[in-house]
Amino acid sequence: MDLHQLWTILATPDNVPIVLLALAVPFYTWYGLRQSFANDRLIAQLEADPALARTHHRKTQPWRPEWDREVHVWPYLLRIEFLAALIVTVILLVWSILLNAPLEEPANPNLTMNPSKAPWYFVGLQEMLVYFDPWLAGVVIPFLIIVGLMAIPYIDTNPLGSGYYTFKQRKAAILTFLFGFLGLWLTMIFIGVFVRGPGWMWFWPGATWDHNRLVFEVNRDLPFGALFLAAYTAAAAWAIHKLITLTPFHRKIHARMSRFQYLVMQFFLILMLALPLKILLRQLFRIKYLLVTPWFNI
Amino acid sequence: MSLSAKLARLLKSARKTQVAKSVLRVKHEDTPRARSLGVLSNVFLHLHPAKINRDAVAYNYTWGMGGMTFYVYLVLVFTGALLMFYYHPSKVVAYRDILYLENDVPFGKLLRNMHRWGAHLMVIMVQLHMFRVFLTGSYKKPREFNWVVGVILLVLTLLLSFTGYLLPDDQLGFWAVTVGTNMARATPLLGNEGPFGPQLGMTPYNDVRFGLLGGSIVDSNALLRAYIWHCIAIPILASLFMIVHFWRVRKDGGISGPAPVMLESEIPQPREP
Repeated sequence: MDLHQLWTILATPDNVPIVLLALAVPFYTWYGLRQSFANDRLIAQLEADPALARTHHRKTQPWRPEWDREVHVWPYLLRIEFLAALIVTVILLVWSILLNAPLEEPANPNLTMNPSKAPWYFVGLQEMLVYFDPWLAGVVIPFLIIVGLMAIPYIDTNPLGSGYYTFKQRKAAILTFLFGFLGLWLTMIFIGVFVRGPGWMWFWPGATWDHNRLVFEVNRDLPFGALFLAAYTAAAAWAIHKLITLTPFHRKIHARMSRFQYLVMQFFLILMLALPLKILLRQLFRIKYLLVTPWFNI
Repeated sequence: MSLSAKLARLLKSARKTQVAKSVLRVKHEDTPRARSLGVLSNVFLHLHPAKINRDAVAYNYTWGMGGMTFYVYLVLVFTGALLMFYYHPSKVVAYRDILYLENDVPFGKLLRNMHRWGAHLMVIMVQLHMFRVFLTGSYKKPREFNWVVGVILLVLTLLLSFTGYLLPDDQLGFWAVTVGTNMARATPLLGNEGPFGPQLGMTPYNDVRFGLLGGSIVDSNALLRAYIWHCIAIPILASLFMIVHFWRVRKDGGISGPAPVMLESEIPQPREP
């Protein structure tokens, strides 16, 4: 265990925000889900008792009939905004006093940094370069992430859970987002920042970065890759369809989707599931390409 | 008469002068009307409604992430404008300007640090804001389009950070931007190493990467382009989309919640096409 190496990585100034992110994201995930579960208990209670559902104010927040439903922005919101601005300013000032922004040697095209890493928010995409060719990892996948995010409101036909935290009423949507945000986007960033060392090789946290390390791995291409891809697409489409029509409630939501909405959703979910599959194939079986053509490889 | 009472009387009489009336326009009273007008008649506050959902002011619903992201953006515009006084986007002096800023300009180091860490903070907050909006289902009808605007703002935030990364002209920025823009070489159809790129006549001297860098390597033109994108083009674009984003928050019915929970039995039947 090389603690010094670990500390060097964690204390690299530009990595400090990711340490912050590693603390903030679990906290806010817990914070959001805790409110979701509280609302879910309320929903269960109201569903069991229709008489209560008619009279209840339907929030977990405290409520008395004589209270106004709305409060004045001045001062009740503005004072919070002012306070938030003050707190953010103090945090930013203290952070800037304690920690200096990095400044390396002057740019030198003849001296390659090893490892040379993208800024942390793009390191996840850089990590995808291990598994995909640059046209996929650097161009097509980011483009599809952006388009996929934009498509979310138009393919989520579930009318429940608008404006309040809930897990029970939106299981499929929330699990998909958590999988994409935590399981793919942030995991890739953490791997790229904390695990990848010189030569973009895998060094577990605490392992010494050995600049002379060599890895003798022979990657191979998957035979009958087109068949495999077709089989995967069919299997994934079938599994996704089964999952989103698992319960009567989910079948009801599914019935609200148009054919086009359904196809767009399937398209993005199949592609999303393909990422971890390719990662596993590469890491476990040393598969480089699934599909080799004269023009491009996947 | 005590001092505080004297001060209060002085303030009260000051508010009655023609100057104060012309500036404030609204009487300062503890009445609902004055409170509402205080917000509605103020150009900086008028994006707020006069009243909001009483449960929305608690921290636990919004996490305050959207507002704090905007505040950090303002801090970045302010510190960025100050940094521009000391920086020339030229290969000859860019790095030396940073050294000068760090070692000789009063509070220069603090200024640069605040800009750097503010940028990181903004990227983190914007992601958490999106996370919260997703968890509360706030992108649902009628707010679909505002989510799309939000995604565009997320992309612009990342691009702002990325273009700023090159400006110190040090090894860190140089290689990060080299890695980042090398991917553009592989753009399908438009990159010289991308699928069908060579067939369409793409070379390192006319493809999309050349357009981004103003050359075939990360050099002085790339520095100038990064500077102009970073200080002029993307901030203007981001500001425009922010205006739309905030405007739509109001027009789509204000902040989404905390709304009363809806039960499964209350789902409206979809109309037959």
